[in-house]
Amino acid sequence: MKDDLLVQIFLRFAGISLLAVGGAVATLPEAERQIVSQLHWLTPEQFAQTFAIAQTSPGPNVIVYSLFGWKLAGLAGLIAATLGVLGPSSLLAFGVARVMRRAGEAAWLARLKQGLTPLAIGLMAASGYLLARAADSGIFAILVTVASSAFVAFSSRSPLWAMAAGAALSVIAGRAGWL
Amino acid sequence: MRRIDLFLGFFKMGALGFGGTGPIMRAVIVDDCRWLDDAEFAGLLGLCQALPGANTCNFAVILGDRFCGAGGAAMALLGLLLAPLAILVTLASFFAVFAANADVRAALFGASAAGAGLAIGTALKMARNIPRDPVLIVLSGAAFAAAALLRLPLPAIIAVLAPAGFLLVGARR
Repeated sequence: MKDDLLVQIFLRFAGISLLAVGGAVATLPEAERQIVSQLHWLTPEQFAQTFAIAQTSPGPNVIVYSLFGWKLAGLAGLIAATLGVLGPSSLLAFGVARVMRRAGEAAWLARLKQGLTPLAIGLMAASGYLLARAADSGIFAILVTVASSAFVAFSSRSPLWAMAAGAALSVIAGRAGWL
Repeated sequence: MRRIDLFLGFFKMGALGFGGTGPIMRAVIVDDCRWLDDAEFAGLLGLCQALPGANTCNFAVILGDRFCGAGGAAMALLGLLLAPLAILVTLASFFAVFAANADVRAALFGASAAGAGLAIGTALKMARNIPRDPVLIVLSGAAFAAAALLRLPLPAIIAVLAPAGFLLVGARR
């Protein structure tokens, strides 16, 4: 019975894997439809809480799926879920990169990579903008966001300094009652 | 480049990548390890975004394979995921305790506000560090507007802007 569940988790998440164009967060509506509405593996509240926990952890957003697996079947579930959600997309990326490398220094390949640069820049900026809107619109949050973006853009120090400063300032602001 | 270097580099990106891994990824790969320059980094990141799956995981697979073959890809991916998964499981087990602490809530609030700034700042930095090209700036702005302001579905954005980039940006060189 338990093995059944592990296979189910692996197959379901493998099916979602290739849908994640532009990041894992884009697939959450589909995951919610399957995990909550269709299979009743988690309640809507459990689903939302799991997502919130995953957001506070470092690392790629896709690990929210690992946490779904953990909630459903412990460590084995976490492994089945991670392999499922990453397997197909990783194999595809591996294959595509190998084919591209075989093309070597072909001119079309250099053009393709250059042509994809605006996507990388624009989508990174967009994710920052959306994160800022989702966090809070309070003046304190906006100041922290603007200051950290200026720090990263114009200093060569690690971006983690901005992260640590933002967290520390918020603790101070919280204790002073400004939040 | 040894597999252990890949593992350690990606372990750092995973462990420190709060609020999205993009900014710390650029810092480690371009500034710390000097595995790629900004133009190469942005090109490869764009490819990873156009492919399905998590961008950072695709990046780990492709870079690991390029430097150390299939084993390198596996080591990079394992390095990337190990710390976040351990932290995640710990957080999930003690979430009620963490969430009840006002300082922890305030710190998370501040870190997520700063994390949003990191993404914006890193995008600006990439734009500053690659060869100037008006077409590139216009297309980057279009990608931003389509995703952030118009909230268009990502597959549609990629379907339009990837070919547009291929035709317009490359053609100028």
